[in-house]
Amino acid sequence: MDISEPTSLFIIALIVSFLIPELAYIASSIGSLLFLFLGLKFLLISNNSIGTYIAINEYLQLTFGIDFISAFFLIVISMLSITVSIYSIGYTSHLKNKRAFAFLYSLFVFSIYGVILSTNVFTFLVFWEAMSIISYFLVTFENNLESMRAGLIYAIMTHVGTAFIIASFLLFSYWAGSMEFSTFKVMSYKIPNIVRDLIFIFALVGFGFKAGIMPFHYWLPIAHPTAPSNISALMSGVMIKTGVYGIVKVCYELLGSGSAWWGILILSMGAVSAILAIMQAVMEKDIKRLLAYSSIENIGIIFLGLGGSMLFSNFNMKDLSSLSLIACFYHILNHSIFKGLLFMSAGSVLHSTSTKNMEKLGGLIKTMPKTALFFLIGSISICALPPFNGFVSEWILYQSLISGFYAPSNFVKIMTPLFASSLALTGAIAGTAFVKSFGISFLGNPRSENAKMAHEAPFTMTIPMCLLAVLCFLFGIFPNIIITIIVLPVFDITGTFVNSFSKGPFIIISGSMSTLLITLSFVLIILIVLVLIKMFFSKTGIVFKESRDCGILALNSRMQYTATAFTKPLKIIFRFFHHYFRAL
Amino acid sequence: MQGRKGYPIFQPYYDLIRLFKKEMVISNVTSYIFRVTPYIVLASTVIAILLVPIVTVKGIILYFGDIIAIVYVLALGRFFMALAGLDAGTAFGGEGSSREMTVATLVEPMMILCLFTAAVSSGSTNVSQIIISKSQIFTPSKLLALASFIIVTIAETGRIPVDNPDTHLELTMIHEGMILEYSGKYLALMEYAHYIKQMLLYTLIVDLFFPLGIAQTDRVSDILIALCIYLLKVFLVGFIMALIESSRAKIRFFQLPTLPGSGFVLAFVALITYLILGR
Repeated sequence: MDISEPTSLFIIALIVSFLIPELAYIASSIGSLLFLFLGLKFLLISNNSIGTYIAINEYLQLTFGIDFISAFFLIVISMLSITVSIYSIGYTSHLKNKRAFAFLYSLFVFSIYGVILSTNVFTFLVFWEAMSIISYFLVTFENNLESMRAGLIYAIMTHVGTAFIIASFLLFSYWAGSMEFSTFKVMSYKIPNIVRDLIFIFALVGFGFKAGIMPFHYWLPIAHPTAPSNISALMSGVMIKTGVYGIVKVCYELLGSGSAWWGILILSMGAVSAILAIMQAVMEKDIKRLLAYSSIENIGIIFLGLGGSMLFSNFNMKDLSSLSLIACFYHILNHSIFKGLLFMSAGSVLHSTSTKNMEKLGGLIKTMPKTALFFLIGSISICALPPFNGFVSEWILYQSLISGFYAPSNFVKIMTPLFASSLALTGAIAGTAFVKSFGISFLGNPRSENAKMAHEAPFTMTIPMCLLAVLCFLFGIFPNIIITIIVLPVFDITGTFVNSFSKGPFIIISGSMSTLLITLSFVLIILIVLVLIKMFFSKTGIVFKESRDCGILALNSRMQYTATAFTKPLKIIFRFFHHYFRAL
Repeated sequence: MQGRKGYPIFQPYYDLIRLFKKEMVISNVTSYIFRVTPYIVLASTVIAILLVPIVTVKGIILYFGDIIAIVYVLALGRFFMALAGLDAGTAFGGEGSSREMTVATLVEPMMILCLFTAAVSSGSTNVSQIIISKSQIFTPSKLLALASFIIVTIAETGRIPVDNPDTHLELTMIHEGMILEYSGKYLALMEYAHYIKQMLLYTLIVDLFFPLGIAQTDRVSDILIALCIYLLKVFLVGFIMALIESSRAKIRFFQLPTLPGSGFVLAFVALITYLILGR
């Protein structure tokens, strides 16, 4: 099997999309499944690079191939697009223009694969532009004033980014004397330092726009919430990862290790984005905007891992550098899964209540129990609470940042614990944000008629969410399996193979941890408590009454705590930042 | 200490048993979140205390997780407790959850930074390894970290000056507001989890900053001696905490950030002290 089989499925999807749109989604789902197998096969079984090309003329060729990094990103992308494709069948059923939508959708998914699989500058830019333009049409698909404005901002910003990417590639290819990525890698050591720095900055800015890292994030919280929810899931889960892919590829793999300030710059951008974005997220009352801001936060966490890795490799701390990159890649995988899950559940709330304003929701856990459960699992994972997957990647990141204390530079020694505590602050605020989004929209009493009349999503939407929720749990309790896959692309970049820290169910770095055993003891303790209560205190009864109303006798939904009130204390405490945002 | 005669020392346990026997009143607005929360909160607190060595450093369960895992396991309990506060759809619950999460936001970075100081000076993040490594005890960095960790403990256990556990006045309560809707068995579970959490934090203080006397083997005689020393040490910590509590008044909620803020600075200074002095 090579690239041609999944590609042909996507071509089928494009053709049938105008006849039977549902079939197009199924075809893109199967195509993604084949890409998943392709990526896994490359990493685990045969590492023969499969290349293919289409020649347009003597100079311009569309070349495709797989290497370790693209195989990993292939897995990340396909895992989410398999499920989102199935979800789209149910989600788009009410759309007016569903044929055009199915066509654009399949093309969008395929263009993302194209970006990852391309092996020369020309191919990369063709697919990069295709991805940007198609996603513009998808953002503006609902065709109202809000989405047109969002689309315009998105289109402008993404093209500014592309301009920087082109500048970086032009510089690189001028000095390398070729347009092929493989030649870039070989020739990069010949490039003078000042040019390397320029290439780095251009690539960081260019791909930073797509990744949505601060200060290039402005489009993200505007474009992601306005797009239809299946597209938001893909954009947040997958598309912004192509920006990270670009940075990993150009700044790290192709350029090799640069100066120490590269790593520190990426680390600082990561920490600042994580904290500021989650502070914005926690104030939001639009559930999809909250998720969009949290995407910026998670990209920040991914940057912390990436920057740490670049910094440590600069100090020749090879193992630590690999460890950081493992945390970064693990979080890329995790974020695509739980953010996809969260956007899909927010999508089914939107689908059923036609509002994404939390102040108008409430009590949905009774009318949409499945969606509520999946949103809860997504929230627990994204808050990095054990035993779900987010915890594992953040734990590894903490470990690598602590070990940064042993770096031979006082500046780094002081900075790494600060980065670690910024991660803790981010985690705590994320907890508040998701308690708020789950608690206000799913618990309590319904706050509007729409919320009262909500209904559960159809099975085509709940099954994909269920799949991702299960993955969140499995990736949390079996981290060692995931790490054995991730070490291969990490080895390709850093040149050190670290696999010594996974022993049985434990991960041992400078401390040991086992999510599997924590989960088992958790279940055991709950069982013991249940049995003890049953044995000694089984006679007590339960009475169901109204909530405590202090004798008013007419507690209604308008007396509940609101989303705005919930985060007012944080808003007051961090008013310094808030004023800064208002000024922006 | 406050010039008053207190209730019997086992009164909290009598209260728990009384609560277990009582009938439960559950709001019919609530969902299953409200009913699973007491078990999750209790289990997460118990897991956290299992990861901390009390009398001996031997035992495989101590290696199930490290200090980061302890912080995040506790956060899991808090996450569900805050959700349960919102579940009944009352203003008190929501207010309690909102404030609890706010306090947690302020405390968590400081807690991580404190624990890091202990971790870097011994080269491990496992509490038992930190004890085994036998790093020096009364170093300047450790003392600064201890001061900061005491603030963490006060905030996390919900004592004066951060929160007053005895009040049911809406202006002042944080933790009590969240669990206001609970009664009977569930309330007993929540309260019990809260007691365990207090013990956990005291044990962490003792383990990280005064590790002398913990048994390095698993012989019964050693463990018995270690148990006596442990009880003495925890009693002392409790005494200091009571002293702080009696001599302070509860501060206004929005003056709170200064407390963890100064704690954060203390912890950071502790780390820099370790960096400069190397101990």
